[in-house]
Amino acid sequence: MRSGYFVTHLKKDLQLEWRSKDAINSMLFFALLVVVLFSLAFDPTRAVSRQIAGGILCVATMFAAVSALNQAWARELRNQVLDALRMTPAPAASLFLGKTLANFLFVMVVEVVLAPVFVMFYNLHALGNAWLLVLVLPLGTWALIVNGVFFAALSIRTRNRELLLPLILFPIFIPALLGMVMSATAILTGEGDAVLWIKMLGAYDVIFTTVCMMLFEVILHAE
Amino acid sequence: MKLWRWLWLLVTLGVLAEGFRVALFVVPSDSAQGDVQRIFYYHIPSWAGMGLFFAINLGCSLVYLAVRNRNQALAMKADSLAVASAEMGVVFCFIGLVTGSLWGRAVWGIWWTWDARLTSTLVLWLIYVAYLLLRRFAAGPQMRTLAAVMAIFGYLDVPLVYMSTRWWRTQHPAPVFGGAPGSGIDPSMMPAVWWNLAGWLMWGIFVASLRYVSEYRAQNAEQAEALKSLEFAPGPTQMAGGR
Repeated sequence: MRSGYFVTHLKKDLQLEWRSKDAINSMLFFALLVVVLFSLAFDPTRAVSRQIAGGILCVATMFAAVSALNQAWARELRNQVLDALRMTPAPAASLFLGKTLANFLFVMVVEVVLAPVFVMFYNLHALGNAWLLVLVLPLGTWALIVNGVFFAALSIRTRNRELLLPLILFPIFIPALLGMVMSATAILTGEGDAVLWIKMLGAYDVIFTTVCMMLFEVILHAE
Repeated sequence: MKLWRWLWLLVTLGVLAEGFRVALFVVPSDSAQGDVQRIFYYHIPSWAGMGLFFAINLGCSLVYLAVRNRNQALAMKADSLAVASAEMGVVFCFIGLVTGSLWGRAVWGIWWTWDARLTSTLVLWLIYVAYLLLRRFAAGPQMRTLAAVMAIFGYLDVPLVYMSTRWWRTQHPAPVFGGAPGSGIDPSMMPAVWWNLAGWLMWGIFVASLRYVSEYRAQNAEQAEALKSLEFAPGPTQMAGGR
């Protein structure tokens, strides 16, 4: 795979987002809403919020990311861009990787902006090694995005694609969600072994990135 | 062919009846749990059936992906068998969950717990329901390719779910067969296991074969229809309506 193609795809997606800011804005606002809603619905005390904060952050990101992922490929449908992409000599994997990395960066931006708000709203103070979160968030986000971009491409030519994406993505994402939530909770409460879950997340990422790259060509050219 | 199917059905019903008799009236009841344990004879065959049919589904999906551009007839057969086995696997998985839940209510006092095996099988069930949903939402030959890819993802996810939930928590009894040394059940109970295992697998194969034939015919009819409309279509605009 020549790196040139991959960089071109990545640059195109970043530029599109930079000009419209559709995905980041909608994700930010959506995730913020979820955080506020959960906080109001459960009204957690400080000890309780340590237990549930990791889960809420992950679920909020997950829902927000799905709303943006639906647009990731729908964008390419206008003016038959997707058909043009299928005809280019660039390997399908480089297109996939560029798209994935772009979306990964969008979601990471959302998480970084949201994290301080989150700490404030839930009155958080990590009892474990808070620096490990720097590992957990990118690994978990990558697991979500790599599968999300893949399944968004898979569902793009189906009926009800907006509905179908979460239906097929969430069951596959469950182990990674569990790893993300358990490690975040272990870090926040200082109990349990966060490193074990981080290793599991890493393994999940490696396996699914490999399979996605291998099978993306089949999906792209499915007729 | 029809005669064989009727014979198969008759033998299956006979084996199931014998399995029912042996499981309920012949083998001794469990020394610790009493008669509740007898649901185990229906619990185990469903997991065996689930494992068998999901494995068939994976195999057929791989075959479909490998030959879809070269051997259309074989690919369609593989795809039909993949649907039939996925549906049968989902049914077996559901029966396994329900029988397990009934047993749990009697022995643990709760219907459900978020334990490693329970969670992973529930996730497995969800994945294959999603697979069947995908098949409904998409149309035409591209759907078959997409579904085959999804089946590979689903199967790949299972060990990960299992490992992750195992680290998480576990309450389910250790595997009865092939677990720790000294596991397994009393030899006097084995006939009930064998009869029911054979009976339910035969039943599953019977239903799946019916589904396979109907799916295969539906696909053939669909293809014939598509070919016909291709011949008469005035322009390419009408073809897009099929999606």
